Amino acid sequence: MIEVRFFATLREGRGKVAQLSAEEVSCGGDILRRFSIQQEEVAILLINGFHSKPEDPIKDGDIVALFPPVGGG
Amino acid sequence: MSGAYYEKIARINLSTGEIKPEPLDLDTAHKFIGGRGLGTKILYDEGVATVDPLSPENKLIYITGPMTGSNSPSSGRYMVVTKSPLTGMIACANSGGIWGAKLKFAGWDALIVEGAAPEWSYLYIEDDKIEILDASEYLGVLSEELDDKLKAKHGEDCSVLNIGPAGEKQVLLAAVMNDKDRAAGRSGTGAVMGSKKLKAIVVKASRKQLDIIADVEALKEANKRCLKIMSENALTGEGLRALGTASLVNVINSVGALPTKNWQESYCPTADEFSGETLAEKYLVKPGACYHCPIACGRVIRHDDKVIGGPEYEPLWAYGSDCGNDDLYTINEANRLCNEYGLDAIGVPCTIAAAMELYQRGYIKEEECEGVPLEWGSKEAIVEWTKRMGNPESPLAWLMSSGSVRLCEHYGHPEYSMSVKKQEIPAYDARAIQGIGINYATANCGAAHVRGYTIAPEVVGIPVQLDRTVTEEKAGWAKTFQDLTAVIDSMGNCLFTSFALGAPEYTDLLNAATGTKWTPEQVLEIGERIFNIERMFNKAAGMKPEDDRLPKRLLEEPISNGPSKGMVSKLSVTLPQYYEARGWVNAFPTDETLRKLGLDECIGK
Repeated sequence: MIEVRFFATLREGRGKVAQLSAEEVSCGGDILRRFSIQQEEVAILLINGFHSKPEDPIKDGDIVALFPPVGGG
Repeated sequence: MSGAYYEKIARINLSTGEIKPEPLDLDTAHKFIGGRGLGTKILYDEGVATVDPLSPENKLIYITGPMTGSNSPSSGRYMVVTKSPLTGMIACANSGGIWGAKLKFAGWDALIVEGAAPEWSYLYIEDDKIEILDASEYLGVLSEELDDKLKAKHGEDCSVLNIGPAGEKQVLLAAVMNDKDRAAGRSGTGAVMGSKKLKAIVVKASRKQLDIIADVEALKEANKRCLKIMSENALTGEGLRALGTASLVNVINSVGALPTKNWQESYCPTADEFSGETLAEKYLVKPGACYHCPIACGRVIRHDDKVIGGPEYEPLWAYGSDCGNDDLYTINEANRLCNEYGLDAIGVPCTIAAAMELYQRGYIKEEECEGVPLEWGSKEAIVEWTKRMGNPESPLAWLMSSGSVRLCEHYGHPEYSMSVKKQEIPAYDARAIQGIGINYATANCGAAHVRGYTIAPEVVGIPVQLDRTVTEEKAGWAKTFQDLTAVIDSMGNCLFTSFALGAPEYTDLLNAATGTKWTPEQVLEIGERIFNIERMFNKAAGMKPEDDRLPKRLLEEPISNGPSKGMVSKLSVTLPQYYEARGWVNAFPTDETLRKLGLDECIGK
């Protein structure tokens, strides 16, 4: 399974977490399409805590975290 | 007068009661901009570096920048500059609200407070008039209540800066508060105010805007351009208004850099419980904004039956995972107490976390805890010990209120103090994010995140996304961020504008307001000059090269859990690169560097 974690405004209508089977998606971009998220809505895409690009591959057991623009200090 | 300075400083000697207006030297102002830069230059020239910080010989400067009170974006900032009793080095604490703008509207670029009042006093400023008034009836009054009382006395249109009981008792973690929930929070500025028996400064001004801008039309154009960039930027246009700085809790936790239980861990599985998302869902009433700020990152929350200023990211983390706690109500309450007692909402919870580790390891005994054991995640301990640190009576409360270094040294284990230059480290694990460690180690005010916020490129991708785990090029990024931050702090704009604006925009604003003709490169060089004179102040104050260091835990104990498990800070690689980029040898500028920066007065010192 792949765990997808949504944060901030990306939770609206999607909840906090979703589980997908590894067969359904092969990269972060697939996840965005699966949840109807535009690429420009996502400022930070993490795979297992590391910054990644939509085309980077994902595999069974990965945790994908999606954030809109956030920051502060 | 013209060019965004009223060219007037008030020198107030509380020992003698003498209040003397002095002209601002415009050449010096241009060379150091104002705010943080000019304040440090004044302290350096007046020999404050070598004095006892809590003696009448220390000087306390409240200083605006040329942009403070202007129509430029987020321009309500002022700085408290003094010698820190916590670090023994330069203190330059920045705050927002409206107090700084009002001071400027009253026609003062800065106040230099000297000596110590024979009895508790406060300053009342109404345009040109400055009076020293009796504050004895306000002793022991909490910060927000005092704000109300002084407004009731002097009118709702005044703005109040004050200290709470912590500052009165010269607690080393005491903050200067203004406009109820804004704080010049760090380095113990409130203790210096308390040492001078100065309880508050009330400002009232007839002006509602600055009437001294050099080129009004050019500033209007520059403002328009900056506001457009900021409104189109996803973070300054929308993101910070929606969730505030609290949005960082989940991001920083997700990369495995959220220090937990005094940095014994770096990932907190329940962080969402005290995140910006949960804060918005459960408690947020509306976003809050400082003077002329389109960002509105502040949190106005419902707490019990009141509507108050809510916590920023730092106290959410520090009272949250760092204390092993995930109860958001407790964090809101502890943060409220910091505002009421006038405490540094980073230093206090970080010191409680250090005390909890000392308790965990058996160094602090249960019998010392006066019925409230310092157990991880104890809601009662978090709230009660914050109160005790804000108005200390017992030996342990006094020790804790002096910060984690003095606390941990007392128990023979300084290694559990997560601090640099005796100031507690903020909310980003430098083992997981290599660049921020350089800033922690080298910030002249002691560990700080807002003196070179490399989290922007290393985590949130602004202006570009860097690999947080590597050391390459981080020294250069740290230096550039530090220099630009020194410029922004000195101008009187908010650092958060820099999520959208860069050196060219700040240069346009500055030139339009002051009539200078700087290039962006020259403006960055001013920032470098400011950072270097701060370092020379520290050198004169007795700083040693070994003060540019990180706690052993960050260098030798790999992260124990989460996505960044196994990482350590590689400061031994980045620090020499940083010194080279700065033109420093053994932590201090060479004469050649000082000459290049026009700091001839520091050569040979």
